Amino acid sequence: MIVELLDIIIAGLLLGGIYALIAVGLSLQYGVARVFNISHGEFIMLGAFATWILYATANINPLISLIICGPFVFLIGFFLHKTLFRSLLSSSPSMDIFESKSMLACFGLLFIIQNLAMLIWGTDFKGYSYLNVGVNIGGAVFAANRLVTLLYAVVIGTAFYLFLAFTRLGKAIRAAAQDPRTAGLMGVDINQVLALCFGFGAVMAGFAGALISMCYPIQTTMGLEYTVIAIIVVTLGGLGSIVGSFVGGFLLGLIGIIVSYIEPSLYMVVFYFIFSLLLLVRPKGILGK
Amino acid sequence: MDIAMLKTPKNLITGAILLVILVLLATLPLYGPGYPVILLSSILMYVILTVGWVIFSAPTGYISLAPAAFFGFGIYTSAIIGKAIPFAVVVAIGGAASFCLALIVGALTLRLRGIYFAVFTFGLLMLIANSFNYYEIHFTGTRGRFVMVKGYDTIYLFMLGIFVLLMITATIIKHSKYGLALMSIGQEEEAAEHTGVNVVMVKVIVFAVSAFFMGAAGSVMATKWTYIDSGIAFYMLYSFMPVLMAIFGGMGQLYGPVIGAAIFTYVEELLITRFPEVYMLIFGIILVISILYLPDGLVGLIQASWKRFSVRKHADT
Repeated sequence: MIVELLDIIIAGLLLGGIYALIAVGLSLQYGVARVFNISHGEFIMLGAFATWILYATANINPLISLIICGPFVFLIGFFLHKTLFRSLLSSSPSMDIFESKSMLACFGLLFIIQNLAMLIWGTDFKGYSYLNVGVNIGGAVFAANRLVTLLYAVVIGTAFYLFLAFTRLGKAIRAAAQDPRTAGLMGVDINQVLALCFGFGAVMAGFAGALISMCYPIQTTMGLEYTVIAIIVVTLGGLGSIVGSFVGGFLLGLIGIIVSYIEPSLYMVVFYFIFSLLLLVRPKGILGK
Repeated sequence: MDIAMLKTPKNLITGAILLVILVLLATLPLYGPGYPVILLSSILMYVILTVGWVIFSAPTGYISLAPAAFFGFGIYTSAIIGKAIPFAVVVAIGGAASFCLALIVGALTLRLRGIYFAVFTFGLLMLIANSFNYYEIHFTGTRGRFVMVKGYDTIYLFMLGIFVLLMITATIIKHSKYGLALMSIGQEEEAAEHTGVNVVMVKVIVFAVSAFFMGAAGSVMATKWTYIDSGIAFYMLYSFMPVLMAIFGGMGQLYGPVIGAAIFTYVEELLITRFPEVYMLIFGIILVISILYLPDGLVGLIQASWKRFSVRKHADT
């Protein structure tokens, strides 16, 4: 019984690590740049496929290719904001209209990125085997790659939190999140900060994608599923809260594992139920202010 | 529609043209069966979904991603009771089922604004789809259901009927106090409330009316597909397409969404079977471009260039 319980908790944490990382990215993009990025999952897919290609063609260690994939996805996100979202921002009379417009534009991006990827890589599952050895924790056996994934997720999340808390740029980002106009008046280059934030959000997605490709088979249509999970986690933790994303991620990971332990086919039903209920009862999330 | 509006000569001509088009469309099956009827049924399906979406979402600014849920409710109604009851009644019940669903959704989502409303309606669609899937597998033991087949002409005429009813309803709503109330909600909801608009009632009723037509369209289209499951009935694109088609066509006039939906469905018919990836790629690109450069859609673009043209003409003379 205790082994079983431990089994569930650790499995939940392992899943939650990836969920948290995905959600941090989305939370950053919405919390600061006010872009509700429905195409978030497509950046995850890009990160996953970049890692897979580097592994399959050049045999590069996935943990090292993170360093290559990160900037690659960052540049895509950064320039998307510089071009598309910035011109939407300047043409929108109010923030509410910008949010609706940018969300719809993200739907467009979703279809563009996904179908470009389908034209290039097809729709088959891809995968590779990396660090796929068992590790025994208190009687329960887990694959080493999942443990590495959790470790990386926590390290990346913590590093990003420290970056926001202690660096000058981090301070500018937090100021922009609170009040973009005042931050601009105080000398923050607001357009640059928003573009950077969108880029950082994309990087988080790219990292998550790289980690996912180590553990699960990947597919060009995988994005939306992770987008939905990210939205649920962000709603759970409170939009715009980094800590909330981590708490929400681990919580949803645990819930997911518990539900699939009891009744696997109810997995998605329960996710959406929690999500709908939460939006109705407490749209600000459990840690929202 | 106001009778007085018909008395001016310009409106009379427009009315006459519309009537001729309608008669032509209604008698289309008589000129011989075949592809045009099938194509027009698909076009009417998207037109109904799009105009239905526009009735509520265009004036209020609430982006609903629930059309697929209402459409799917209609489809399932047809699949469950379609064999026992006359078709017209089935269609009415399909619409009524979606109407009721929309009443509940509307009442639940009163607190949600902006992005939360869009996200909630999307979550709701997925919740319903997954629940149906779970129910079918665990309680009925099958993934999908067979639907009684109807002739292509019947489907087409029913879709045309729903379309005409929808356009009449949309026009009435737009020119009634409800239309004004919706617009004031879209501009400033608090202010609308303070000026005495019953915000809650107006929102919920118009939302439900728009859902009625989507549901009715669903119960007709179900008979075309013969086999349905939760994946087909609650296909996500039925929520996204109306939004894109409305933005592309332009939401300022009621015919904007109609034109947008008709063009898109035609392109879809051309491309989707042979190049589905290319079609979806084009879909995405046009969506982004429309949002960026066509704030008033295709109709807005044409109107603007027409205005420029006529101004120039006056300047010359």
